[in-house]
Amino acid sequence: MLLNQFLILSAFLFCTGVYGVLARRNGVLVLMSVELMLNAVNINLVAFSAYGRDVAGQVFALFIITIAAAEVGVGLAIVLLIFRNMNSPDLDRIDQLKG
Amino acid sequence: MLRNAWLIPLLPALSFVAILLFGKRLPRKGAELGVGAVGASFVLACAAAWQWIDKVEGATGKAEGLAAFGKGMLGGEGGEHAEAVVAPVTRAFTWWQNGNVEFKVGIAIDGLAVMMMFVVTLVSFLIHIYSTSYMEGDRRFTHFYALLSLFTASMLLLVVADNTVELLVGWELVGLCSFVLIGHWWEEKPNADAAVKAFLTTRVGDVGLMIGIVVLFFAAGTFDIQAINGQALEGEVGHTLLLVASACLLAGIIGKSGQFPLHTWLPDAMAGPTPVSALIHAATMVVAGVYLGARLFPVFFEGFSIDGGTINVMALVGGVTIIIGAVLAFVQRDIKKVLAYSTISQLGYMVMGLGVGAWVAAVFHLFTHAFFKALLFLGAGSVSHSGSHHSFDMKNDMGGLRKFMPITFWTFLIGSLALAGIFPFAGFWSKDEILATAGENEFTFFVVVGLIGALMTAAYMTRCVYLTFFGEYRGHGEPHESPRAITVPLVVLAGFSVVAGFLNASAFDVEKFKEWVEPTVAFPLLEHPEFELAGALLALTVALLGILIGYAYWFRNLGPHGITERNRAARVGYTFLENKYYLDALYENVIVGSIKGAIARASYWVNQRVIDGAVNGVAAGAAQVGRFAYDVVDQQGVDGAVNGIAVSAGETGGLLRYVQSGRVQRYALMLFAAVALLSLALFIFN
Repeated sequence: MLLNQFLILSAFLFCTGVYGVLARRNGVLVLMSVELMLNAVNINLVAFSAYGRDVAGQVFALFIITIAAAEVGVGLAIVLLIFRNMNSPDLDRIDQLKG
Repeated sequence: MLRNAWLIPLLPALSFVAILLFGKRLPRKGAELGVGAVGASFVLACAAAWQWIDKVEGATGKAEGLAAFGKGMLGGEGGEHAEAVVAPVTRAFTWWQNGNVEFKVGIAIDGLAVMMMFVVTLVSFLIHIYSTSYMEGDRRFTHFYALLSLFTASMLLLVVADNTVELLVGWELVGLCSFVLIGHWWEEKPNADAAVKAFLTTRVGDVGLMIGIVVLFFAAGTFDIQAINGQALEGEVGHTLLLVASACLLAGIIGKSGQFPLHTWLPDAMAGPTPVSALIHAATMVVAGVYLGARLFPVFFEGFSIDGGTINVMALVGGVTIIIGAVLAFVQRDIKKVLAYSTISQLGYMVMGLGVGAWVAAVFHLFTHAFFKALLFLGAGSVSHSGSHHSFDMKNDMGGLRKFMPITFWTFLIGSLALAGIFPFAGFWSKDEILATAGENEFTFFVVVGLIGALMTAAYMTRCVYLTFFGEYRGHGEPHESPRAITVPLVVLAGFSVVAGFLNASAFDVEKFKEWVEPTVAFPLLEHPEFELAGALLALTVALLGILIGYAYWFRNLGPHGITERNRAARVGYTFLENKYYLDALYENVIVGSIKGAIARASYWVNQRVIDGAVNGVAAGAAQVGRFAYDVVDQQGVDGAVNGIAVSAGETGGLLRYVQSGRVQRYALMLFAAVALLSLALFIFN
């Protein structure tokens, strides 16, 4: 079994997520990009778990999936409130904390 | 009582405090306290005198018995008149200690002290009674009585003192009290001036006294008067030191006892109330000087070599003062000033008496003089109180008062006769004795001076009596006799003026005064002349001649009247006398003026240049420092730091605010960039 295909896939996914988080203006899409990054990490964990014959990595992956579900729940609620207040999901307009 | 003689000065001192505290609330405004305390002191002084006499008589009796016994045993050996040794009664405790030197407070009671206590308390007591009437309704009646008590207490302290320091304390207190009392009516400028003059003039002499005491201390190593006297007599102290010490002490006597050339304060001191004048002149202030001379007589005796028969400073000062005082008494219009100059002259007799070795006679003259001079002053006060409406001007406000004031007249006459030295009044005995002793000790010059003085004394007292009591009344008002509080003291003093002389009437072989008063311990052997009829008759004749001249000139209007208008020389002389030999002008304008001007200018210069310069310099320096602190430290340093911190914080904030864009994705970008950089760093440095 080759490890580097998984790592390349994971890196690609992570970079896509980072790009999405930094570049997308829609809050929902930013949330989805965060999910991408989390799952890229999951791939890494599972790959190393299989490679090292150690089940701890898979346990971590399961933890992350659980927490990601909670995170999406909270995140979507925040986005929903932003949308209600601003009538738009555009993150660039939320700059009231500007110094 | 002799051992408890400290009570005698203490009582008036307590009454001083009590009058100050409660005087105004008492029915008689504090007078009763003063009269009571001084009266009690007088009783105690009488008791002390009685015991002392008892002691002396007892010792003399024993000595005579022993002498007679010895004569019997040894066949004709031994003195005719045995001299008993009676030591003074002393009692002292340590006041404070400084190294090995003990400063003591104590009493030394001998015949001299007992005699002085008797005189001071008696005269003061009579003056206290007299003042109840004389000072009635005065604006500071209570204050007056308080100080009168303190005055008496100070003088008594001086008298009982057993060491020179204590004596100095009493001496200065006496000076202080006389200052306050002379200036009793200080609202009028001349009175305040007279008080200051009295204080400052006596101060000149007091400096001498203080130096003298210090010199004596270093010479003899003690302040104890008896020890000093003993050492001086036994030659344990060098003659030069004694001469210096006695010269310094003599300066004190000159200042206090109004001797030439420091006598000028005494006539001015008449500005005080008459009872005060009487007290100053008779019993307290001025006799303090003579008392000092008598107390430390062995020092003067050795220092001035009095037994040598040569002219010494002390006798000379006294002699000059006799003449100077007597001459000035002729030109006074103010009755009190006549008496003041007569006091100066009589004090001259005492000092001269000490100077020629006539110790007993000088002290005896002090004793008799106290009575008749107090009498004369109180008589003058009585005249002004009831006869001339508070004026003392004999020429304008008196005259013919003998008809209106018989008691005052007769007592005043007795006083004048006693002062003039007419037999058998007190002054005759004491003055004659001074002259007799001076003659015995071969001071012929001073005998002549004394006789001239006696002549003048008799003449000016005749003038004084004539102007006051004879002729036509020249005042405006209704003269009447004074109340009893005034006349009773006069009568008592007149009685003493008559009989006091018989205590030492050498003509009748009575020498009680000498026996009782002359110290027998630490005292030089002095000559005591036998009574000589010729000498006494000469003195009496001279005095009678003086009265005769006065009688002829003033009563009978004979002699060169109006000579001052006709003769230029006489006028110049009169003006010279009227201006009191220009001594006041010399002191005030020349000496004080020149010193005062120079000192004033010098101190002005110092003030302007040095002190003001220093002050201004300091101020300018402080201002400079302040400006520098403001400009540099405060404005630039502190404020700069504070502002700088604020500005830099603001600037930093301004820079940092670009980071706080409020855009979440920027934050995220920075987060990832930081992670990337840190990862890179980790990668590189690992």
